[in-house]
Amino acid sequence: MSLFDRPQKDSDLDDEIRFHLNMAAKDRIQNGQSVPDARNSALKEFGNIMQVKEATRGMWSGASLEAFWQDLRYGARMLVKSPGFALIAILTLALGIGANTAIFSVVNGVLLNPLPFPHPEQIVSLFTEMPNFKNGSISYPNFEDWRRMNRSFSSIVVYRQTGFDLTEYGQPERLHGEMISAGFFEILGVTPLLGRTFSADEDRLGANPTATITEGLWKRKYGSDPRIIGQRMVLNGVGRTIIGVVPANFHLHIQNFQRGGPANEVYVPVGEWNEPRFHNNRAAGWGLDGIGRLKPGITFEQARADMERVSRDLSTAYPDVNGNKKAYLLPLKDEMIGDMRPVLLVILGAVMFVLLIACVNVANLLLARSTVRSREFAIRIALGAGEMRIVRQLITESLLLALVGGALGLALARFGTAAAIAAMPVTMPRAEEIGLDQRVLLFTLLVSIISGIAFGLAPAWKTSRADVGSTLKESGRTVAGGRGQLQSVFVISEMALAVVLLVGAGLMIRTLVVLLGLDPGFNPNNVMTFSFSGPASYKAGSPDAIRSAQRQLHDKLASLPGVEAVSFSWGATVMRSDNDDYFWIVGRPMPPLSQLPMTLEYDVEPDYLKTLQVPLKRGRFFTTADNEHAPSVAVIDESFAEKYFPNEDPIGHFIDLNTDPTDPEKLPNAQIVGVVSHVNQWGLDSDSTNSLHAQMYLPIMQIPDKSLKRGGLASDVYIRTTRPGVPSFEEMRQRLLDVHGELVVYSPESLDQIVAHSIGKKRFAMTLLAVFAGIALLLASVGIYGVLSYLVGQRTQEIGVRMALGAQRFHVLRLVMNDGARMTFVGLGIGVVAALGLTRLLSHMLFGIKPTDPLTFMAVALLLCGVALFACYVPAHRAMRVDPTVALRYE
Amino acid sequence: MNPRYQNRIELLQGTLDLLILQTLMWGEQHGYGISQVIRTHSGDVLQVDTGSLYPALHRLERQKWIKSEWKLTENNQRAKFYQLTAAGRKQLAEERSRWTQMSDAIAAVLNPVRTQ
Repeated sequence: MSLFDRPQKDSDLDDEIRFHLNMAAKDRIQNGQSVPDARNSALKEFGNIMQVKEATRGMWSGASLEAFWQDLRYGARMLVKSPGFALIAILTLALGIGANTAIFSVVNGVLLNPLPFPHPEQIVSLFTEMPNFKNGSISYPNFEDWRRMNRSFSSIVVYRQTGFDLTEYGQPERLHGEMISAGFFEILGVTPLLGRTFSADEDRLGANPTATITEGLWKRKYGSDPRIIGQRMVLNGVGRTIIGVVPANFHLHIQNFQRGGPANEVYVPVGEWNEPRFHNNRAAGWGLDGIGRLKPGITFEQARADMERVSRDLSTAYPDVNGNKKAYLLPLKDEMIGDMRPVLLVILGAVMFVLLIACVNVANLLLARSTVRSREFAIRIALGAGEMRIVRQLITESLLLALVGGALGLALARFGTAAAIAAMPVTMPRAEEIGLDQRVLLFTLLVSIISGIAFGLAPAWKTSRADVGSTLKESGRTVAGGRGQLQSVFVISEMALAVVLLVGAGLMIRTLVVLLGLDPGFNPNNVMTFSFSGPASYKAGSPDAIRSAQRQLHDKLASLPGVEAVSFSWGATVMRSDNDDYFWIVGRPMPPLSQLPMTLEYDVEPDYLKTLQVPLKRGRFFTTADNEHAPSVAVIDESFAEKYFPNEDPIGHFIDLNTDPTDPEKLPNAQIVGVVSHVNQWGLDSDSTNSLHAQMYLPIMQIPDKSLKRGGLASDVYIRTTRPGVPSFEEMRQRLLDVHGELVVYSPESLDQIVAHSIGKKRFAMTLLAVFAGIALLLASVGIYGVLSYLVGQRTQEIGVRMALGAQRFHVLRLVMNDGARMTFVGLGIGVVAALGLTRLLSHMLFGIKPTDPLTFMAVALLLCGVALFACYVPAHRAMRVDPTVALRYE
Repeated sequence: MNPRYQNRIELLQGTLDLLILQTLMWGEQHGYGISQVIRTHSGDVLQVDTGSLYPALHRLERQKWIKSEWKLTENNQRAKFYQLTAAGRKQLAEERSRWTQMSDAIAAVLNPVRTQ
């Protein structure tokens, strides 16, 4: 039946009823009643005409919109009539659905959506695979050969993260940017807002220096000047012509391209970099990574095989430097997401558990309510409503609850997601793409509908099986039995789900505790780090000028009140950037270049140990006497000593760093004078698994002249202060500017922040899991409390009889507590078994503990039992106080 | 409660269907007629509530056990007449046998035959 038949059917029904009344009146008149009396008594006998019509209309259609609206109106009325129930149910669902929407919107934006580039499946990241690293950097000569020899890419480009001092235009400042190949923006489908991108001619040695800037810099620094194209900007002392502006909606966050760091603001062609070793040294990587676009029709696997061939040919041609290197390919999306995928999936799983618990709780509420409503339904059935109609009514009400809860959840998610991402101590890849798009809305709708049906089904099923006759005769009293059982099953499953989440959260918390308890090998408290760089003119001047300026700046900082120790630092920085060298021990037979070991290299000042509080183990550290005029010295860490001097004293040995025979620059061998303890370089959770573990320190003053001139007057700085933040970065910056007005001082960060950042992802997972587990525990406790209260209510008479017969209050307490304890222990048992199976999915996120960590399981068991038994105690206590005379009077 | 209803026995679902179908065995009838037939045939004990009768008629019609037609009565009034369909006859036979079984069973419980 369609809605359009309705007016006709309505008037037919009116006619049918009018005919009935006429006939009834006529019969009465024939029996001798007066006309008005006959009419009145016919009407009276007929009853409520509106109700008859309503009930009859209800029969017209099986699943029509009409009936649905009727059910919906009725359902809404029922909910408004019991606002307490409706509020709790809707809030519970809003919490569950909202949390799911929020997490799904993250999963959707990060994992599911295609990358915002044309044909993103064709874009591949390229690295050099070496014995130490899978994603090591590419040497420029190798890149040029890859580009020439491959058959599967329509284009390959490289990029290199770097910083630029922008001078001669307002206040000198440090800009973050990249050196990129011509064609970089074309691969990603970026069209410039103004001007153009680099041409191949601008991407080679000797070309006119050019630059493209971002829309952000264009607005911030150049006031959105429409005549920006063709203007000159000075970067690191080199005048460049601005040829284009890159739009602000271009986002890319990958290793060495703006990952975690401040926003890029400038790009220059990489091929025009006039560093001879960059172009000639096939062994050095210089932090160069690549991306390429596959030719149409070429698969990722074909490209990988093709690059294997290219790598083999290059290994044959240059066995010394390429013998153990080959191209490593990775879909760009995989590189962007990194190890966030398993983290997000675990969190999505956890949040779905929360929703399940929320559904079970609402189902329990509905069950308790359907007991109260059983008479209402029995009457409707007696009046001729089909059982299916009642079931449909219940499902409609559940759906109404779920949809209202879902709408509220959507609102929660809308505000919650943004806040959560901003608050998380981790850079979420593709964070700018997270939002409520169509797919998220569809997900929320589906989840709401499925939840509505899921939690509505149980009470509906129960009601449809209720015996109408007995329910009607009972005048409100009901039998506890059957419903109590179903509710127990619900509570048990809630407990089990809560256990799984609690164990997951517990394992993550333990992991964080283990990590935070780790000794990183240095003391990050009260240590600040920042960087500075001076005018490019130093690179053209004498190395001694650089050294004397460094000494002057060092002394200025060290003399500030509140400063305990200062060390400038070149090379690797702890937990932030690495710098590695091939080396060999003098006097041992030298293997081929490709099999040389590597070490991290830190170039520091004598006060480095004091600044970072790294313990000295043997020998000595540097002194001011280890300067440019003194013999070269080195200090190694314990892992270097263990690996390369397992059975002898390293002190006195010489390290040879001249491992590249093609490099004309010769360094003196450095004599080992001391051993310090190992410093955590790769992050609290990943240092132990990184293959590059050996560490070597060299005095900053012994950096060879050529290297020093390449770097110019620039350094990272570590400062230990007596109190945190005193003196402030601004004070230190001003003090340095007093000495040298042209310095650019930038990137202040506390070492505490850097350490915390290294475990950001785990902290992120832990925080979310803990929040979800907390919600789960709360909901499960509310569930067991509700069911026991209900059962106690049902058993009031029984308890009264027992007490009248002499049962002690304690026995009553035990009676009820036993029910609660049984549900809790069964749930706990099932939950523990499930957790033992499921926590394996977490193992990659754990550190220092097993996924079956007994302490965690025991703590969770105790916590759950404690909370659940407390939730049981309240109704049990109420039962204990039942007054037998009052209880028996219920009869 | 209205004392007038005190002698009335409430009709439960299924029972009413059975009575309606049985009434229509004698031929087509309108709603008022059906209620009168049930009342007189039960000796005024069974009084069908209109709030149950009309929903039941419309439901039986939707289940295709009965069909309806607007006709003129002998007094020239327009009335909706219901009549049994083939499916309705089959349903009636089933419900009758179920009813017989049920009443036999209840009778057996109420009047147990003592053996030995």
